[in-house]
Amino acid sequence: MAMAAAPTLPIYHGLRAAAPAKQPAPAKLTAHSHCRLALPLRARASSSSSRPLRHVAANAVATKEAVSTSSSTQGGHELLMFEALREGLGEEMERDPNVCVIGEDVGDYGGSYKVTKGFTEKFGSWRVLDTPIAENSFTGMAIGAAMTGLRPVVEGMNMGFLLLAYNQIANNCGMLHYTSGGQFTIPIVIRGPGGVGRQLGAEHSQRLESYFQSVPGLQMVACSTPYNAKGLMKAAIRCENPVILYEHVLLYNLKERIPDEEYTCCLEEAEMVRPGSDITILTYSRMRYHVTQAAKTLVDRGYDPEIIDIRSLKPFDMYTIGESIKKTHRVLIVEECMRTGGIGASLRSAIMETFWDELDGPIGCLSSQDVPTPYSGPLEELTVVQPPQIVAAVENLCGKK
Amino acid sequence: MAMHLWRRAWNVLRQTPGGPVSGAVTRAQAAVSSTQNPPSVTAAASASRSFAGDAKIAYETPAFKGHKTDVPTTKVETSGKELMGFFRTMFLMRRMEIAADAMYKQKFVRGFCHLYDGQEAVCVGMEAALNEKDCIITSYRDHCTHVGRGGTVYEVFAELMGRKDGCSLGKGGSMHMYNKKGGFFGGNGIVGAQTALGAGLAFAQKYLKVEGVTMAMYGDGAANQGQLFEAMNISALWDLPVIYVCENNHYGMGTAEWRSAKSPCYYKRGDYIPGMQVDGMDCMAVKQAVKFAKAYALKKGPFVLEFDTYRYHGHSMSDPGSTYRTRDEIKAIREGRDCIEKIRRIILKHKVATEKELKEIEKGAKKEVEDALAKAKNAPLPDPPELFTNIFVKSCGALVRLSPIACKRTLYIKIVIHDWLYRCFWSMDMNALEYFILVSLSLAFLYFAEVVVLNCSRMELIARR
Repeated sequence: MAMAAAPTLPIYHGLRAAAPAKQPAPAKLTAHSHCRLALPLRARASSSSSRPLRHVAANAVATKEAVSTSSSTQGGHELLMFEALREGLGEEMERDPNVCVIGEDVGDYGGSYKVTKGFTEKFGSWRVLDTPIAENSFTGMAIGAAMTGLRPVVEGMNMGFLLLAYNQIANNCGMLHYTSGGQFTIPIVIRGPGGVGRQLGAEHSQRLESYFQSVPGLQMVACSTPYNAKGLMKAAIRCENPVILYEHVLLYNLKERIPDEEYTCCLEEAEMVRPGSDITILTYSRMRYHVTQAAKTLVDRGYDPEIIDIRSLKPFDMYTIGESIKKTHRVLIVEECMRTGGIGASLRSAIMETFWDELDGPIGCLSSQDVPTPYSGPLEELTVVQPPQIVAAVENLCGKK
Repeated sequence: MAMHLWRRAWNVLRQTPGGPVSGAVTRAQAAVSSTQNPPSVTAAASASRSFAGDAKIAYETPAFKGHKTDVPTTKVETSGKELMGFFRTMFLMRRMEIAADAMYKQKFVRGFCHLYDGQEAVCVGMEAALNEKDCIITSYRDHCTHVGRGGTVYEVFAELMGRKDGCSLGKGGSMHMYNKKGGFFGGNGIVGAQTALGAGLAFAQKYLKVEGVTMAMYGDGAANQGQLFEAMNISALWDLPVIYVCENNHYGMGTAEWRSAKSPCYYKRGDYIPGMQVDGMDCMAVKQAVKFAKAYALKKGPFVLEFDTYRYHGHSMSDPGSTYRTRDEIKAIREGRDCIEKIRRIILKHKVATEKELKEIEKGAKKEVEDALAKAKNAPLPDPPELFTNIFVKSCGALVRLSPIACKRTLYIKIVIHDWLYRCFWSMDMNALEYFILVSLSLAFLYFAEVVVLNCSRMELIARR
């Protein structure tokens, strides 16, 4: 808290504080993990929400290589996204013997995206369970096990396959805490790769966040960098609520340097990718990279976009988003979901409801087309939002410069 | 506060024996070696008869049919105490279901109400062979199973009427009754989904090395669900201690079993999993079968039990139950195979109790149900803020935030207070120490004020955007 010399209002609101460009300290694990009281202490909240603004002094135009807000030039180790997920999962399995992994080919095969490679040797086949191809029942089993206190991590080989377990996820996973009057908690993590890949075909390119977003009782997070992938994985496992962690097929080989120390990311917090002043661009998962690529062009043309990776798809971090809108007064949402009923649609209505007075114009929303993802390369590119479209949309909303 | 304590003391004094502790009575009775007589039985045992004693009574159950397994012997031993316990519990459950029927017709209970009367022997016999380490999960026909696992009749009625004192705080309803302490995992609305959950419960029991089994109960209708076969496959692969219990009441909603199942031998449906068919209207047969299955499951793996039982009511209260079966059929079963009448005949035959004593017990049970009903009718409804509780657990490791509106409000309050304090103190002449103390106190005040406001406002962000 800065105490001004003159009798003006002291600044104690984290986002307006002139935070020095120091190395970001990873969230103190003791404070978060043993905090049984969910008191959103404003002091703590402001210190953690000042975390997204670490870049204030650093003039970072996010590039594909160094997009994380946590990049530290000294220390840390470099790894790929799937290795970061593996690290997070492995650390949690070591820390808590109740954590187990259930999925197809997670054990001996090591996971179809190598996220659980080496786990069977380390933890035994009773903690890394290879299931038959029966998503409905093994998701139900994981939920049943979670009711007794185990903390299973369910891996869907592809998010689209979890549609077979929709009943279990919607009715049992999401609602049991409520319908039992608070008796049972379901501390389950459901994770898997989704999103449009490289010509995988319609049934293997599903974006499930739009289907699950209206299930009450579920938390949804989408990771986009190795740093937040590991942090979100750890936080999701420690969380008492059921969490769906959306990974993306094309981001598994993203490389980044992450801290050596243990850290978690807040599940309900958005991440500031690039601070700016002209327009707020809200995005998540793979579209973050399309947006940052478009940002290069935009900066050249004189725009100053503020890019926020919303990360938390349910609930939305309306606080960070709101602070940004109050600064820029223009919003563009870029997502990979379908246009109809997607995350962008809900976010748009939430923003309009809460921040109507702050907006200078309509909220733009770029989503994928409402079509089954075609196999053919050029057609597939047309379904998903590409950087030139983002540039055009920003120019449209902000006016030509 | 004093009035509250006085009222509680008065209620305790007014409690009739065998009142809200009926669940505990059931469990105590069900335990094979129980030392104490439950209050209701003691109250009725004015005359010194053999029913309070442990005199062994030999009984022959109907035959068992096995699939890939030996069957247990049909010659069982029971005692007068056990028989009286069965009688009282089953009669209580029967009265409870009939009262629920009346409540539904008077529109105290809305939505769906699936009644269990006729099938009481299954859950009562099961309880006799299980203990607190075992788990039960069943379908929507769960009122009696809930009571058998330690729930009270009052809890059930309050839940049916959507009151705050219900077992799920009024938010679950007829199909979602749970009892965590008693090891009862519901209460599930979607047909067949509970079998996968049951396999998960058994998995957790094996993982945590708890010496218990899971009874995953389902009906003849759910026996055709794919997820049941998936669950059976996984349980057999991993040797999970789960017993799949098919309560075959011969009708899946309005469809008779011969019209919905190519193979009505549900105990054989496990294929590689051994199974047994049992007469589900006989308490002792059920107990014997569950004992046998439990011993198998703890050592070897899953087992399938099929209980041949019958429900007198329709599938639910909106189903008259007579369009797909004849009234004569219902009457025949009621007269020939009813589980309560069977126990009554055994009790009277072995002179465990007289007609008069049984009537006393029946009266006691009826009174208990009536009292619980009257109390539930006067129970309070949940308050509106309850709509948003128990959606999420306040989690560690993740901060819970307020909605922006609440943020604005507390922030505004804080700004105003702090600004005022700051302006006051700035103009006062004080040394560094006093200033430091005042600042710390004001910060502490703001901290706690925020906590109070946040907790009073009851606005969980997760319920909003």
